Amino acid sequence: MLRAYSTLVYLFLYTPILIVVVFSFTLSKHATSFECCGISWFGKVLENPFMMEALFNSLRIAFVSAIIATVFGTLAVLALNSMRGPMRMVYDALTYAAIIVPGIVIGIATLSALVSAFDIINPWIASVWPTSDAPKLKMGYFSVVAAHSLFTMALVIIIVRTRLESMDQRLVEASYDLYATPRQTFFRVILPYIFPGVISGFLLAFTFSFDDFIIAFFVAGSETTLPIYIFSSIRRGITPEVNAISTIIIAFSLILLFVARALEKKGLAKSGQQ
Amino acid sequence: MSSINLIGGSRMTRFLMLLPATLWFVILLLLPIAAIVVFSVGERGPAGGFVPAFTLEHYGNLGARWAAFKNTLTLAPLGTFGCLIIAYPLAYFLAIHTSRWKSFLLTLVIIPFWTSFLIRTYAWIYILGGKGLPSFLEFLGFDYMRMLNTPGAITVGIIYGYLPLMVFPIYVTLERLDKRLLEASHDLGAGKIATFFRVTIPLSLPGIITGSMLVFILLMGEFLIPAILGGGKVFFVGNALVDLFLQSRNWPFGAAIAMSLVVLMLITIGVYLKLVGRFHDKQALSAM
Repeated sequence: MLRAYSTLVYLFLYTPILIVVVFSFTLSKHATSFECCGISWFGKVLENPFMMEALFNSLRIAFVSAIIATVFGTLAVLALNSMRGPMRMVYDALTYAAIIVPGIVIGIATLSALVSAFDIINPWIASVWPTSDAPKLKMGYFSVVAAHSLFTMALVIIIVRTRLESMDQRLVEASYDLYATPRQTFFRVILPYIFPGVISGFLLAFTFSFDDFIIAFFVAGSETTLPIYIFSSIRRGITPEVNAISTIIIAFSLILLFVARALEKKGLAKSGQQ
Repeated sequence: MSSINLIGGSRMTRFLMLLPATLWFVILLLLPIAAIVVFSVGERGPAGGFVPAFTLEHYGNLGARWAAFKNTLTLAPLGTFGCLIIAYPLAYFLAIHTSRWKSFLLTLVIIPFWTSFLIRTYAWIYILGGKGLPSFLEFLGFDYMRMLNTPGAITVGIIYGYLPLMVFPIYVTLERLDKRLLEASHDLGAGKIATFFRVTIPLSLPGIITGSMLVFILLMGEFLIPAILGGGKVFFVGNALVDLFLQSRNWPFGAAIAMSLVVLMLITIGVYLKLVGRFHDKQALSAM
């Protein structure tokens, strides 16, 4: 009975996703009727400049914010590792706060702070700028990257720290005993060991940023990300085109998930050998 | 690993390595949160925006958005409870009954979680919309029932969206549970049902509490599910915030609502820590 129940739950989990995928292969003009079958809507996606621009923006934002999050987060983990006491507690509290504060509050807070900051900075730039066409800071690409990288940096810190804490201390001691310099120990022992954690942190950060709607909705200004584009088009009604881009996204996230899992397994196998 | 200095560098190196993260936390977390606190006691500018002031008027005015708070505080617990009821048997099945397919079945729970929340939510428009379940039920002879844009649709969306998040913590506690305790209960004459309610459930309480709190906290800031499946008829606090910040542009009032959301969340976390603490005390007591 439990088995039958679990099958039902899996059906519940996958039916909605399957519906979207199936309806992206329709030939009909309407999203609600299904005429079998073709990939013409995928072609339409590629020809839709707005959708492609939104997709490109999302990929760019996800990539850059994930890089920032991974580098800043990993550096912080390594520096914090030997630190104890109140300073360490402050950083731990900040990390958890960045994760727990709801996305919507992060969005609102970043919007309020950046708009206030721009109100102060823009007149100042204008006053020191030699000509009258001084650049104006405004919400857009960089504010989304910044807001995303804050949240995802906290995720990276937790993932990389877990990995580092699972490392056998004797590996480092052995390295020193064998006359490795701190630098060699870092690049040849510690970095290779934490690398799978760093990569899964990066992938998680990328996925989070790519999927995020609510933070970007507040801080993107006139910039459009793919989730914002999809949200505003489904408000006007679902189209087969939206289903097609959704199918592409689903396939893409599946690939990322399997890459992450494979790397994790490889990492585990490697540390098992050591 | 605890105290060894991994980077071997000086204080200066460590300071430089921490600098980017520190700047990010200060500029993108602490200052923005300080900004909403300041905004929430300020006054609304003539064209929207914000004028510095000190007034508690916006906090006094929270009642104006009572409906949003009421919906959030009824549907979020309801959805959390629904998640729990549906997730528990699955977590139990995964932890206790499967062995061979376990990692595959677990991956199947993770996959939807990695798939865009927005896409998974709008998919329900198909199922709950006029041509979906309602017309199927009509075909079976029931009266036509509107499902989309109702509190029920939002509850289903919540359960669907957050189910994986509830399964995991429960699975983890059940997996760690000492299976000999179940055998002992059986040996002492307890039936399957008695064992389940008096041994399994109490021992998996930490997972139940963690999962429920995770889902509940995330739900309090929910915007997409009510926006997509509630059709602007059933508002959550998140929807009120989007309205106040992006449409009607009453930032100070919006900031006051955001602050109350954070306070509600902190209360929830406080209750959570207390519950978990009490549970650990009990376990410690019974261990003596």
